[in-house]
Amino acid sequence: MYKIVKNRLQQGYHTMAYPGSPVSLAKPFRGLPMVNQTCNAAIVDECVSRCPQNAINKEERLLDLGRCVFCGACERVRDGEFVQFSTDFQLAASERGHLLTRGRLPDLASHSKTHFKKLFGRSLALRQVSAGGCNACEADTNVLNTPAFDLSRFGIQFVASPRHADGIHITGPVTRNMKTALLATYEAIPDPKVVIASGACAISGGPFHGSPEIIPLDSLLEIDLFIPGCPPHPLTTLSALWHFFCNTSKGR
Amino acid sequence: MNNLLPIEPGKRINRSDIPLLPMDDFRDALLAFADIEGYIVQFFAYEENNVVSCLAVVRRGKKLYAGQCPLPETYPSLTRKNTKFHLFEREIAEQFAVLPDGHPWLKNVRFHPNWRGKADAFANSYEDIPGNYPYYLVEGDEIHEVAVGPVHAGIIEPGHFRFQCIGEKVLHLEIQLGYQHRGIERLMTSVDRCRRPVIAESVAGDTAIANSICYCQAIEALQGIMVPDGAKKIRAVALELERLANHTGDLGALAGDVAFAPAAAYYGRMRGEFLNLLLRLSGNRFGKGLIRPGGVVSQCDEKTRAAILDKIAEIGPQLAEVGDLLFSAHTVLGRFEGCGVVSRATASQIGLVGFAARASGLDHDVRFSLGPADTCYEEEKVIHTAGDVFARAWVRDREIALSLACVKKILQGKPILSAGSFVADERNLAPGSFVVTMTEAWRGELSHCLLTDENGRLLRYKIKDPSFHNWLGLALALRDEGISDFPLNNKSFNLSYCGFDL
Repeated sequence: MYKIVKNRLQQGYHTMAYPGSPVSLAKPFRGLPMVNQTCNAAIVDECVSRCPQNAINKEERLLDLGRCVFCGACERVRDGEFVQFSTDFQLAASERGHLLTRGRLPDLASHSKTHFKKLFGRSLALRQVSAGGCNACEADTNVLNTPAFDLSRFGIQFVASPRHADGIHITGPVTRNMKTALLATYEAIPDPKVVIASGACAISGGPFHGSPEIIPLDSLLEIDLFIPGCPPHPLTTLSALWHFFCNTSKGR
Repeated sequence: MNNLLPIEPGKRINRSDIPLLPMDDFRDALLAFADIEGYIVQFFAYEENNVVSCLAVVRRGKKLYAGQCPLPETYPSLTRKNTKFHLFEREIAEQFAVLPDGHPWLKNVRFHPNWRGKADAFANSYEDIPGNYPYYLVEGDEIHEVAVGPVHAGIIEPGHFRFQCIGEKVLHLEIQLGYQHRGIERLMTSVDRCRRPVIAESVAGDTAIANSICYCQAIEALQGIMVPDGAKKIRAVALELERLANHTGDLGALAGDVAFAPAAAYYGRMRGEFLNLLLRLSGNRFGKGLIRPGGVVSQCDEKTRAAILDKIAEIGPQLAEVGDLLFSAHTVLGRFEGCGVVSRATASQIGLVGFAARASGLDHDVRFSLGPADTCYEEEKVIHTAGDVFARAWVRDREIALSLACVKKILQGKPILSAGSFVADERNLAPGSFVVTMTEAWRGELSHCLLTDENGRLLRYKIKDPSFHNWLGLALALRDEGISDFPLNNKSFNLSYCGFDL
């Protein structure tokens, strides 16, 4: 007992003030990329050839956050002449098209479906399904339950049974071997339900795009919320859930 | 042993130098080797010009050997004589439809059609796991069966557990994996080279650093690249930070599984501190994007070096305090001690690796046995002999202290210079070559093995995750335990599903 009290005093209080007050991540964290529209074509071509994810649209000069794994290969070309990653961790979007970006994303809070906020804004239960994930997305979703992030502050919790859930949070590129289990879990969730694709794999196949062993998630289910990253930083997920379900004021 | 070639990890050799033995000699050499404290590092098949061959890398003490043999369509199973081969032979049957005759329990490993388009070794259609495989069944009046997964209660990877119980006692646990199979080994030989490091990092995200190191060392050996000392140091720091994050997090999860909330909360928070140090070093909490062939992408500047040292000075004593809290609570010890015992004999018989093996008294750690000579590690291995949940937790607690000391030793005193400017991976791979790399990942021995053809193309990319050895250890640990102790035992191993499923 003495040791428990002593440790409690030593450990102190660690829950972050976000979103009540702003929080910032420092470099070298790679968040929302800024794409230089006036960059010369040769440099753009070099970035395209270095990108392992085929995430750069050369003609439109867009970067696809759904494919990007934020490895920084493009930023290393000519000191970030074409692409520079900012430290902005707010990357989520409610439509796939929004993820093709030049460096500004639409305001998620005002783009989310208003009836979701009414239904789930004060109490949201999610069932997580890992469908071929590498366990990085899963691990950084799990940490939302640690004291630092404390997701339950917002009435959001991950639950064991799909019957208790309002939505499904999917990670991984969806392997052939997980297709049945994923769809069965989805079916077991009562309507109305939300589908969240978390991480480059769930959104686009991620590092495994093109593998014959995977089935693109968007060919199986309609997705309501896209959370990019490899894996998404816990703050990216936290801000996405908060803006999409809880935040009723405008502005990112 | 005379028939096998002594090799070194991370050193390129000509494939033609590896003895190509007839099946009988190959089999005899391996069985003799594996009999007395000899262990299998790699045992896999590859196909070239329509000929399937088997390549083996085995270790004993500080020595490593390789041998190979052409595989007929069926061959007499080595598993009949030695258990260590059981999963490797099943994997070869699944990937190449080459059958080990007399294998005691031939079943799918990851559940996918074979790569040669041959008649399926398991007569499966590959709709859903486990196909037409009937799970092992215990029958009797009082016997009941519990099926768990693939989707589990928490935020974890999928896998199926089938318990045969009498009352609350588990007689047998069968673990069926394969749900995470992404086809990585074949992707690695078919995609553009710029994709390979990203895929290697995602074999198992919680082991991104160790997999990157294995991948890059192999490519560097095949390209003949020397890695600057500074880059080696940054890799070593990152590897220990990965170990620290996972060991810390899992001790917290173990505390959570026995409802000891204070330690669970503190360890959970401190795990995040290590991930944030990796973020500071690499821009990613799992160190993805840091390590590339030729070196590391970001330098460890003076500010970063100071930040890591400061955080370690701050958190080291806290970890010791919380460790003391956990390991002196009688409610915790009551659950940990004597639970899920894997004896030394069993561990040796199945070829257990990593902290789980060291908790059962096996003395193997790649960092010491097969690591580079300029190692940063003190010659102090952590060994326990109880083989229970307590021993597995205790070994990890002690390894946390060792890793902290190691990071301190590398970073203290002088700045890290000559990390090297990173250049894109553009050189060709040496043709007709073989290289095996090994890293002591936090779970244990991780190994990548690469073969190139006569044009320098990657012919075969083989990855062996430590979990490939250790899942059977968990199944055996559960025998005669209460089924309610399964989560605790599972967490005490915390094995990788995706690393196994690839």
